[in-house]
Amino acid sequence: MSPSFQLDGRPVPFVPGQTVGAALVASGRTSWRTTRHEGRPRGIFCGIGVCFDCLLTVDGVPDQRACQVLAREQLDVSTPEGENP
Amino acid sequence: MTTGTVRATASGAAPDVVDLVVVGAGPAGLAAAAVAVLGGLSVALVDAGQELGGQFWRHPPHGSAVGDGKDLHHDLRSYRQLTATVRDAARSGRCRSLLGHHVWTAVHPAPGQHVLHLVDRSAGPGRESAVRLEARHVVLATGAYDRPLPFPGWDLPGVYTAGGLQALLKGAGVRAGSRVVVGGTGPFLLPVAAGLAARGASVVVCEANDPRRWAGGAGAALGLPGKLVEGAGYAATLARHRVPVQLRQAVTAAHGTDRVEAVTISRLDRSGAVVAGSGRRLEADAVGTGWGFVPQLDLAVTLGADLVPSWGGDQVVGVDRWQRTSVPGLSAAGEVCGVGGARLALREGQLAAEGVLRDLGRPGVTGDRGVVAVRREVARHRRFAAAMAHAHPVPAGWTGWLEDSTTVCRCEEVCAGQVRRAVADGAVGVRQVKQLTRAGMGWCQGRMCAPAVAALAGPGGPGTEVPERLVATPVPLGVLARGTGRDPIP
Ligand SMILES: Cc1cc2nc3c(=O)[nH]c(=O)nc-3n(C[C@H](O)[C@H](O)[C@H](O)COP(=O)(O)OP(=O)(O)OC[C@H]3O[C@@H](n4cnc5c(N)ncnc54)[C@H](O)[C@@H]3O)c2cc1C
Ligand code: FES
Repeated sequence: MSPSFQLDGRPVPFVPGQTVGAALVASGRTSWRTTRHEGRPRGIFCGIGVCFDCLLTVDGVPDQRACQVLAREQLDVSTPEGENP
Repeated sequence: MTTGTVRATASGAAPDVVDLVVVGAGPAGLAAAAVAVLGGLSVALVDAGQELGGQFWRHPPHGSAVGDGKDLHHDLRSYRQLTATVRDAARSGRCRSLLGHHVWTAVHPAPGQHVLHLVDRSAGPGRESAVRLEARHVVLATGAYDRPLPFPGWDLPGVYTAGGLQALLKGAGVRAGSRVVVGGTGPFLLPVAAGLAARGASVVVCEANDPRRWAGGAGAALGLPGKLVEGAGYAATLARHRVPVQLRQAVTAAHGTDRVEAVTISRLDRSGAVVAGSGRRLEADAVGTGWGFVPQLDLAVTLGADLVPSWGGDQVVGVDRWQRTSVPGLSAAGEVCGVGGARLALREGQLAAEGVLRDLGRPGVTGDRGVVAVRREVARHRRFAAAMAHAHPVPAGWTGWLEDSTTVCRCEEVCAGQVRRAVADGAVGVRQVKQLTRAGMGWCQGRMCAPAVAALAGPGGPGTEVPERLVATPVPLGVLARGTGRDPIP
């Protein structure tokens, strides 16, 4: 069985070496937060850490770029609103 | 993390001071670091990424279970040689390879002294630490990022930058969609399309220009067999997978509610305006958009290096024949000096290190005749890059695709109508538009919207105004507070 991390309490499988963002895209998720004003969905855009579209909370630390954080087993990831959009 | 690399500690374990710090481990930085260690210098090679290689040679972290995607890469011989040199030097203590480390600011308090402030993110969120490096010389090889242009629906999830699609594929083995439309301009669209097609996606390429006029003989005349072979490789892959390359067409809208489901592709006239009635709808579950690259200049600007206009119209770091900038002890190489591809970056990195060796009174590694040959190659690649830039301009008429409701600044959610209103109210240039609308004031600090805002704000092409970003990356306050046991800003 492939390893997984938790997103809002649900397992997301990953291949060791993938970022959290890449694993989410691979699992079919394209968005995991909504914008402040218009509530628009956001996920990966630039893929290299410059656009900050892909923010989520990792192990309780807010505003982490999913495309930059390496996936690890036991990682506790949550969408900023704590809900699955 | 790479095995065999020396890891910096939060306490900044010795050696704190090195001869040379190279920022960026792409083709330019790798070449600079390798030549410098071969020349006997003590070197620290820093990259925010998890593995050596930069964008062109993006690899999953060492030991990862993600396949290395050999078939997606070019010139892996150089990559292997350079990384072997760097890793050997790391094992013997002559090179610190600091991956997962982001240089967030730098100062040069005295001639021959540079101080770089790094945040070490290699231990993961919440476990960042501060690292401080001192060096006599610095080579900036920070590369570039995609230049996206907005279009209605470009902020729908499933729309990526072209480089983003490539980064997912090369770095993580992830194909972001099965029906992909790649649009924009420039030769980079082809490797992205070829890679996705090779992984089984059905791909359509929209190239806004018609580079055929140029490609007829100029490429050959410029004498770059490597480039032609690489280009022919993509062409063959695209042909094998029946990937259509539509010339003078662009993705002018993306459709969907929570994610992209389809796009509109339109024919463009010579000015880049949409030919009325030419739009057709195409189903897509991923879109890649890319209009060339913008050099990553933050540290160069912070350190006070003079900028010059490049062949592509962007501001880039000005360098002399040894890649020295206007700041003593600061050199630059690769895309920060003008976007021209991996081979040019590599050769510039080599020249930069040769220059540093000479400045420190050491013999070079490449040899005088070798340096002449490298310079000749650099000159050829710059001519090629200029010709490419000429053949792939951002078409002036693109702003016509924007509806007033189209988001321009993704971070602050500023739409084209707001920017247009600010301009109608008298705002001149990016700075005033920013003050009035907040476009460019969000998390990305304008990296994604600046070209668009500049175009909407009036005269001056994309990238003519270079913003000053004193902090190259957001740094956790705890890192500043914990510090390194020394004042982080001397
Ligand atoms: C997302 C993306 C994907 C690309 N993929 C390809 C491709 O597949 N094929 C192709 O021909 N061209 C590609 N390119 C074009 C590419 O820019 C060049 O081909 C080549 O990689 C340039 O080499 P370089 O050494 O100048 O910079 P890069 O390879 O971009 O390397 C720069 C490095 O500097 C690091 N860096 C930047 N700022 C800091 C900082 N403050 N602190 C620490 N590290 C920092 C970055 O993490 C990066 O690894 C891509 C560009 C982008 C943006
Ligand atoms: S996708 Fe742009 S920062 Fe992560």
